[in-house]
This record gives sequence, structure tokens and C-alpha cells, in this order.
Amino acid sequence: MEALVKKRIKQVLKGDQSAFAELVELYKDKVFQICYRMLGNRHEAEDIAQEAFIRAYVNIETFNQKRKFSTWLFRIATNLCIDRIRKKKPDYYLDAEVAGTEGLTMYSQVAADVQMPEDEVENMELQETIQKEISKLPEKYRSVIVLKYIEELPLQEISEILDMPLGTVKTRVHRGREALRKQLKSL
Amino acid sequence: MKTCPEEMIDYMHDYLDGDITSEHEQKLKNHLQQCEDCQHHFHELKKAIAFVQSTSHISAPDDFTNSVMDRLPKEKKKVGVERWLRHHPMLTAAALFLFFMTGSVFASWNDNEDFSFTKNDALVVQDHTVVVPEGEVVNGDLTVRNGDVKIEGKVTGDVTVINGKQYLASAGTVTGDIKEIDAAFEWLWYQIKSGAKDLVEWGNSQLDEK
Repeated sequence: MEALVKKRIKQVLKGDQSAFAELVELYKDKVFQICYRMLGNRHEAEDIAQEAFIRAYVNIETFNQKRKFSTWLFRIATNLCIDRIRKKKPDYYLDAEVAGTEGLTMYSQVAADVQMPEDEVENMELQETIQKEISKLPEKYRSVIVLKYIEELPLQEISEILDMPLGTVKTRVHRGREALRKQLKSL
Repeated sequence: MKTCPEEMIDYMHDYLDGDITSEHEQKLKNHLQQCEDCQHHFHELKKAIAFVQSTSHISAPDDFTNSVMDRLPKEKKKVGVERWLRHHPMLTAAALFLFFMTGSVFASWNDNEDFSFTKNDALVVQDHTVVVPEGEVVNGDLTVRNGDVKIEGKVTGDVTVINGKQYLASAGTVTGDIKEIDAAFEWLWYQIKSGAKDLVEWGNSQLDEK
């Protein structure tokens, strides 16, 4: 996998765009997932995820090939998400509502496509609630929680992605967990 | 509750991160057995994590890759050509073959721009015209390149004129065929035919030897 990624990156560096399409295929779900969990909104997530890939393509020369491509790519994506969250902070609560509605339409779409048993629908509602609670986390806790528990990345990699010391990542994971504990204990 | 050592919460988190020391882990376990509040706290933490982890993995929209590719700055033409060549090796090989084939055929065509003809003592040359004089007999085939041929005598084989004309006088006789070749295409055809003919003759001679 890593060898294939390295090969594709070399092709992209030579100017081959179709090699980049393969990289997008490989990582689109993970990048989209990070963005969706960070932003809690499908449209915004798609927009930011696309932007992340475009930035990666444009700045591919700055990528250090000795390192992991996914770390670099996720870093671009999380930075874009954090920027977006900071920009919309003043009307945060309004947006949270919108985010919830977005999630609803998304899940009802899925439910329409694939026939869901009753308990699945219930599960969808629960998922929506969880996403809402994740969206309520302050952005500095949200990013570490998403990377740790949704992308299931090791703390060391999270520290590289977010460009902060391991100790800081740990502290944020701890605080994020405590915040989630308080928010989700009634469930 | 008030008696709980403060570091217990930290130990819980270290435990959840998977980097707790065995000494701390022992302390935490001992404490949890005695303290219901901490047990509850620990349980809630694990429940919160389980909830977050239970969120199903969502996929990017179907047209995601295309949308990204559409938004990328345009690539250089050269790369597109190179990639096309890489993806169509058979066509590339065929194109290369054709290129070299036509090259070599035209090279042999151009090599023969000089006036030349089959050597025979009976022949007389007048201004790029090969003349078979009256009364003379040329035994075998006669080929003239880039010149005309005038036959007043006799040729006991084929007469081939490449890039030229042949005049057969009323008294002249040719026992074989008379051919005029002008265009490059005909020249190519002639090359192929004579090649095939040579091959057949060679094959026949091989058979004869047996």
C-alpha cells in the first residue's frame, strides 16, 4: 500500500494527474469522514474534503516523501476544518442546528436507498445524536477525538498530524473524553 | 468520594490510552474495587468512547473523485501523450513499426535515384536512354532505373523500367513482360513482389537440390 502510494506520488510529481485520481480514490473516504465528523455537515464536509485534495495536489512538491502521505493529507484536511470552524464561531449554535438537520436528511436518504429494519432506524437516530455531541466539543478536543476514535489513529500520528507535542495531544484526548462523558452519560 | 486520590482520573485516562504503568494500573484497580463513584466515572468514560466508536463509517459521495479532478489545475500536454503511449503499448508498437518501415522503404527509393541499368555489352546509352540496337540480342532480364529504354533489337527476358518510359520499335521483340514503374507505391509493390518471387525461387532451388 505505502509502496503504491509512493509510486503514485512520484507520477504526480512528474505531472501525471491520473495518478492523483488514484490517491483520491484511496483516501477520499477517510478524508471525508474526518471533515464530516469535524464539521457535522455533509455539504461543508464535501467542500472541505475536496479543497484538502486540491491543496495536496498543488503543494505536492512540499511533501516529504520519507514520511507517511496520509499523515500529511490528514493534516491539510484537519487544518482546513479547524479554519472553517473558527470562521463560523459567532453563529455556532445556529450552525449546530443546521448540522443536525443535515445529518437527518443524510440518514433519511440512506434509509430510503437501502431498506432498513426498525432497529437500524433507531441506530441512525442514535448516531445523529452522537454526531451532534461531537460537534459540540470545542474544536481543539474535537480534532483529537475524531482522529483517535473515528479514524483510530495512534496518538503519535495524531501529534504529527496536528503538529503538536504528544503530551498536548494526550491532555486534549483526556479533556475531550471527559467532555464527551458528561455529554453522553444520559444516553 | 472526597477521599479519592486526584490522580485516579489521570490513571483512568492513561489506561484508556494504553500507556499506564503496571504500578499505576494496580493502584487504579484496587481503588475501583473500593470506590463506586470512580467505578461509575470510569464506566461513563468507556461508554462515551464506545458511542463515538459506534458511529458507522461514512463514505465520500460517489462523484467525489471526479469533482476533485475537475477542480485541479490543468496538466501539461506532454504528460497526457506519454500516458497515452503507456496505456496503448500495441498501438504504440504498431505506430513505431509503420514509422520505421516507411522510413526504410523511402530510403531505398531515394538510394536509387541514379540512372542505372542491367549491365550488358550489347546495350548502348544515349542521354539517359538505354538502347537495344537493331540486330543485338540481350539474354536475360533488362532493368532500367531513372531512364528510358528503346528496344530495336531483342530481349529474351522481362523488361522493367523504373521512373522512365519504354519504346518498343516495330522490329524489336521482348520475350518476357514489359513493366513501367513510376510512383513510390508501385515501387513498394514491386519490391514486395520481387521479394516474394525471390523467396519462391529460393524455395524451388532448395527443393531442386533435394
